[in-house]
Amino acid sequence: MTAFTLNGRPTQVDVEPDMPLLWVLRDELGHTGTKFGCGVGACGACTVHLNGSAVRACVMPVSAVEGQSVSTIEATGDPILARLQAAWIEHQVPQCGYCQSGMLMAAASLLRQTPLPSDADIDSAMTNICRCGTLVRVRAAIHSAASAPLSSRTEAA
Amino acid sequence: MSRNSRTTSVARPADPTRRRFLIAGAAVSGGLLVGCGAPTPQERLGQAGQLPVQGGQVALNGWVKIAPDGVVTVAVPRAEMGQGVMTALPMLLADELDARWEDVRAEVAPVDQIYANQAMMLNALPFGVDDQGWVARMGSALAQRAGHALHLQVTGGSSSIRDAWLPLRVAGATARALLVQAAAARWQVPASDCRTQAGRVLHAGSGRSLGYGELVAEAAKLSPPTEVPLKDPAQFTLIGRSAPRQDIPAKVDGSAVFGIDVRVPDMVHAALIQAPVFGADVARFDGAQALRRRGVRQVLRIPHAVAVIADSGWRARQACADVQVSWTPTPHDSVSSADIARDADQALKTASGTGFVDRGDAEQALAEAARPGSGGRVIEARYHAPYLAHAALEPINCIAQVRDGRVNLWVPTQSASLVRWRAAQVAGVDTEHVTLHQPLLGGGFGRRLEVDMVEQAVQLALQTEGRPVKLVWSREDDTRHDFYRPAAWADFRAALDAKGQLLAWHNRVAAQAPSNQATARLLPWAAADSPDKSQIEGAFDLPYDIAHLHVEQVRLTGHVPVGFWRSVGHSYNAFFTECFADEVAHAAGVDPLAWRRARLAGHPRHLAVLERVAREAAWGQALPAGRARGIALQESFGSICAQVAEVSVDEGRVRVHRVVCAIDCGVVVNPDTVVAQMEGSIVFALSAALHGEITLAQGRVQQASFPDYDMVRLAQAPRIEVHILRNGHPPGGVGEPGVPPLAPAVANALFALTGQRVRSLPIRLDAAPAAPKAVAA
Repeated sequence: MTAFTLNGRPTQVDVEPDMPLLWVLRDELGHTGTKFGCGVGACGACTVHLNGSAVRACVMPVSAVEGQSVSTIEATGDPILARLQAAWIEHQVPQCGYCQSGMLMAAASLLRQTPLPSDADIDSAMTNICRCGTLVRVRAAIHSAASAPLSSRTEAA
Repeated sequence: MSRNSRTTSVARPADPTRRRFLIAGAAVSGGLLVGCGAPTPQERLGQAGQLPVQGGQVALNGWVKIAPDGVVTVAVPRAEMGQGVMTALPMLLADELDARWEDVRAEVAPVDQIYANQAMMLNALPFGVDDQGWVARMGSALAQRAGHALHLQVTGGSSSIRDAWLPLRVAGATARALLVQAAAARWQVPASDCRTQAGRVLHAGSGRSLGYGELVAEAAKLSPPTEVPLKDPAQFTLIGRSAPRQDIPAKVDGSAVFGIDVRVPDMVHAALIQAPVFGADVARFDGAQALRRRGVRQVLRIPHAVAVIADSGWRARQACADVQVSWTPTPHDSVSSADIARDADQALKTASGTGFVDRGDAEQALAEAARPGSGGRVIEARYHAPYLAHAALEPINCIAQVRDGRVNLWVPTQSASLVRWRAAQVAGVDTEHVTLHQPLLGGGFGRRLEVDMVEQAVQLALQTEGRPVKLVWSREDDTRHDFYRPAAWADFRAALDAKGQLLAWHNRVAAQAPSNQATARLLPWAAADSPDKSQIEGAFDLPYDIAHLHVEQVRLTGHVPVGFWRSVGHSYNAFFTECFADEVAHAAGVDPLAWRRARLAGHPRHLAVLERVAREAAWGQALPAGRARGIALQESFGSICAQVAEVSVDEGRVRVHRVVCAIDCGVVVNPDTVVAQMEGSIVFALSAALHGEITLAQGRVQQASFPDYDMVRLAQAPRIEVHILRNGHPPGGVGEPGVPPLAPAVANALFALTGQRVRSLPIRLDAAPAAPKAVAA
């Protein structure tokens, strides 16, 4: 039995300790917002937060999150994520949308650590793959969310 | 085009202030000739009963239903894969309906003949966007007929808007006419005294108005008019203005449901061990050890694969490692990329080709230019592009259930009608007994036109006693079992006169034929080893004025499955032809923009696109040291696109800083979507140009996943500027035309920078690049 906090709620699963967090989230807990892209930590579609920082859930055995806090794209109440989601809609970022949960979680982790990122900060933090090629808008939306005035930040949150 | 001038008095506009024209006129000028034409938009209206309804919704035809609260739901028979079809198609209908955009919703249409994509097969025709001759129009009519007759309810070939442009508008206008009639009857006033606005019918004289939701039940009882006038483009309120995409909000909070997200009660999960060499089959397998693992239920055999069935996808995948499989030998077990290249070289040198264009006498002009003392010269080059995988980010998947003679399918597909038909074949049931559920696609790019995953899932479902089976491929499966963009080789010879002017252009393109292969797979009764336009598109249909032109196709055979990869033959032919054009311009000592401009007098739309991109990119103006520009132009899928790339090289690594793109796609429906498709196409094409290469060894694909089949990430993404040429031409495609010009624009820029010609993809500069040259462009 592995116990951890998922989006603020205590969660327990009875699975093999080496089952990746990704599959625990998707198949065992029905949180399908986190995506499977490669299974080797290369594409970032499965990006979630472990204690607030971006990790790739497809290569994270569930045993490694025992007692810790996991949050996913389904999390509510994260003002940074909410601001990014609003910017994603404003900039009409997603195309097929499959990579965007991971993109958003990676971006939220970046803004938590670097509230006003430079292009270089974005380049080094955002290594997710988007096959539709929304990268230009991802960058614009991150800048936009980072520089949103406080009032609209509150609104978006 | 004279469509707007075909106003006729037969139409009786309900609102005389709206300048309208008859659909019949548009149909004739659009090439739907009597006798061989496909169903007209009127004939594609369908019946109200074809649409499933709920919550008081009332359908007015096969495309639209309205609820009592005024919510308008539009049936969209194309797959949403990020190209915005769930927004753009409803815009067409809603504009003619005069609906309030906030009230409009999109819904996946059922499978029905009225939804067949009649524009898809236009891509098989050898005519350019500005060819309005009778042969082109006759061909267009026949191609549309074929799309209907084959019931191609498919999404691809950048054809969704081209197909929907009239039928969706006619459906909206027809529904509007019924609502107006219903209001007029209730008020007992002439329909011509009523107008419509924002989801309401208004009576000017009395100031009364009724919402569509209040009228729809009565409207549905009336007979639809056989002819409806359509809006003049000047009256559009939605078409041509950016609308936020309907599918986006669910894509930022994880709630959007892709195929891989579907969960069906009682389902089991399948993982495959697929034949490493294409065409091999299972000789023997032993699943005993795998069956001892937690959650594993069955180890099964299907054609070309062994499957593990388990209670979770991960457990099924893990257990694959414990299955012992041996494979039947094939004639291809030792084939490598070098073998394939050698065969292609041999074929290019010796095989007879199929001529696609033969103007003047290219051979004679080449011989004359080569003759000593003629003052002319011949330049030659060979180009190459590799096999490419689609690598949609959502791995291939399908859920199938076979029970009581019925099949249920949940699959993210571009081929709704074909998927149903093939599932029925495999399960041995009637097509009508296959129910297809169509979740969102996590990328398509042509890969999801194929039906292989459906065949596999149904074969598995036949062996699981009625339980639904969810088949999910690994990324490695996805990379190694694709229907690849063909590898291609091209030989060019150009004859120049003493002044460097181009006299003759001779081009042979060798590649497997993607359309022929796809037809054999998807529509086997239509299979033939015929000339394949898709293999050579973009090479034979050059817009440039060339006196002696000969372009021919050499169709290669081989065991690697090939298919439709975003922009198909254009994806490599644009690289070949636009780079060789750059070589020819350079040989003549002419600026590449000027060279193209001088040869486009007969193609004003192409010229306008070229001029626009050059102006926006400040072509010819100085750049910082170490940077250079390249330009390329390509017509594809009914649109014309040109790009200018700005590059530098840093320690042997190519850096693309900026791409300026100009696109003429005729009438624009949702401009922001056009911009997004250009941006996405440029990044997609840049990934291929910089990284993309599928190679073979011992008959099998060597690449497995993103670490060895890499993509451009944010750090490599250029700044992109998109400029749309607005005009009144019929709509062209936008999903693919942004792909072809990118690779040649980058390669031409690299030549301008380094003096080194890139004639093979992906781009690999020599270890010690030549010293930068001072070139203005």
